[in-house]
Amino acid sequence: MYEGLKKRGYISDEELKSAPGIPSAERRRKGPVAVIECIQCIPCNPCEASCKVNAIIVGDDITNLPHLDEDKCVGCASCIPICPGQAIFVVDDGFEEMRSRVMIPYEFLPLPQEGDVVTALDRSGKEVGDAEVLNVRKKENMDKTAVVTLAVSEQLSMGVRFFKPKK
Amino acid sequence: MRIAEHPILGPFEKGEKVQFTFDGGTIEGFEGEPIAMALRAQEVLIHRITSKREEPRGVFCAIGRCTDCVMIVDGVPNVRTCVTPLRQGMDVRTQKGKGQVTARE
Amino acid sequence: MQRHEMVCIGAGPAGLSAAIEAAKNGVQVAVYDENDRPGGQLFKQIHKFFGSREHRAMERGFDIGKSLLEEAQSLDVQVILDSVVMGIYENATMNIMVKDHVEEVKAEKVVVATGASENMIPFPGWTLPGVIGAGAAQTMANIHGVRPGKRLLMVGSGNVGVVVSYQMLQAGCEVAVVIDAAPEVGGYGVHASKVARTGVPFYMSHTVKKAHGKDRVEGATIVQVDETWKPVAGTGKSFDVDTICLAVGLNPMSQVLRMANCEMVYVPSLGGNIPAHDLNQETSVPGIYVAGDVSGIEEASSAMIEGNIAGLAIAHSMGYVENDPFHEQRDGFLESMKGLRAGPFGEKRAEGKRMLLEAMKG
Repeated sequence: MYEGLKKRGYISDEELKSAPGIPSAERRRKGPVAVIECIQCIPCNPCEASCKVNAIIVGDDITNLPHLDEDKCVGCASCIPICPGQAIFVVDDGFEEMRSRVMIPYEFLPLPQEGDVVTALDRSGKEVGDAEVLNVRKKENMDKTAVVTLAVSEQLSMGVRFFKPKK
Repeated sequence: MRIAEHPILGPFEKGEKVQFTFDGGTIEGFEGEPIAMALRAQEVLIHRITSKREEPRGVFCAIGRCTDCVMIVDGVPNVRTCVTPLRQGMDVRTQKGKGQVTARE
Repeated sequence: MQRHEMVCIGAGPAGLSAAIEAAKNGVQVAVYDENDRPGGQLFKQIHKFFGSREHRAMERGFDIGKSLLEEAQSLDVQVILDSVVMGIYENATMNIMVKDHVEEVKAEKVVVATGASENMIPFPGWTLPGVIGAGAAQTMANIHGVRPGKRLLMVGSGNVGVVVSYQMLQAGCEVAVVIDAAPEVGGYGVHASKVARTGVPFYMSHTVKKAHGKDRVEGATIVQVDETWKPVAGTGKSFDVDTICLAVGLNPMSQVLRMANCEMVYVPSLGGNIPAHDLNQETSVPGIYVAGDVSGIEEASSAMIEGNIAGLAIAHSMGYVENDPFHEQRDGFLESMKGLRAGPFGEKRAEGKRMLLEAMKG
């Protein structure tokens, strides 16, 4: 029984497994790396052009899914605000013993502040725990898409993809 | 119901604040915005009442095509309030039925 | 009687692009639009576009709108607003209601770029204030800065439904649920995901059973449907909402084309009855061209390319562009268009467009 993206509106763990933009667990433990959650063939390639180390490949046929070269990727997060679908994140499982960093695109107000404790949400919007806001970046060249860095429990790093402020 | 600051669009440029009457009471809006928007900002959603079944109607398309939002403005009925700019001192009334147009002498 | 070399009906992305391409090559162009501001639906689009750099990917719709306008103005294209074209008659003569008087306008070439209007689905309570088109929600929030309501139900999960749901969240509204009678989300998965991660549930195979409320929407009941679209007993679910947005498809506004006797073809994948047209965007009536959603529901990026093709073809037909450069440039546009009509989403539209081309050969 299909329960994936086209049924629920969010990518299932099954679908994520076969996406060419997902780095291995080993690479994630080495330091920050891009996680490209793009699984539908639509004509789109800004991510490829945005990568300064050529770690993202789409190719001539712009409907190709973006392929991530995890060894070339340095986790600079330039690609996060570029993706029109807000499907790119950066995960760093090497951050601390118990915590990982997750960087997400964010286009809402109010922006959180560094140090805020927020509620972390997974792809389905389900509350999965607390997160600490480590950094909020919103520069002119990001065209109004901010990048928020969250610290979450390590085991949640491939689940947390959004947050909401605590009331 | 007005958006103070939009995450992408920033603050909205509006005209001068103006007063107008709605069914006899005074309310505020911004000069030049569609009458329907000034009303919606004050959570007024009923624009007219239908002739036969006396049912409420309001904005549907918001771009002047469906005519569900018509009201009596400054005495003139069937005015599409979603595309008519608000001016200081306008008199806006809920239209009941088809509206009466006085023939000119 | 006013005379222009070329008239565009509609100042949205298609009409402006056609005007720009023609004017670049020396054609005198006037663009008429019934609204009080140009840009069509572009100014309501606050998300970044997809595609590649040449398709203006990464730019937000309203930024593209601004730049198209500026370019048109710099090329001395006249843009006349508050003008309704009432009909195209023989020899491309038009009657246009300009503000409060009627003008007779004659053009050698006409580009009809009138876009599309929203479909609606009737259900008990659908006339209650609070039931609005998805386009209306965009207009209220993105043009006028007014929230349509506090908590809404989105009917339709095509790109319009999921994009507008996200825009409503950005505007500070709550979205209670996104539903679609179809079994699968119709729009791009990434658009849906942006909404789902905020906690909005998606209920596929559901339709609206009833909108509740005395004088306005106060709630809605949805119900599951089976493969034959019939409601399934016992599956009703109620939601507290004050607004119901209908995003149930777009329909080309082709009235002037049908008046002018252009051949129409029924193509469901493109939105309904579509004017047949060739690779130059010219219809079965010589001198009348089409571009944008009126020639098939697609996207702003394809609307702009179709506009470019029509403008270029017109310039060529009037002798402003030689054969070789015309073919070279047109082939460039067609290549670019191919890229947009690729992949599982684009293929159906490409097939639909082929049907329109076939009809021209008949």
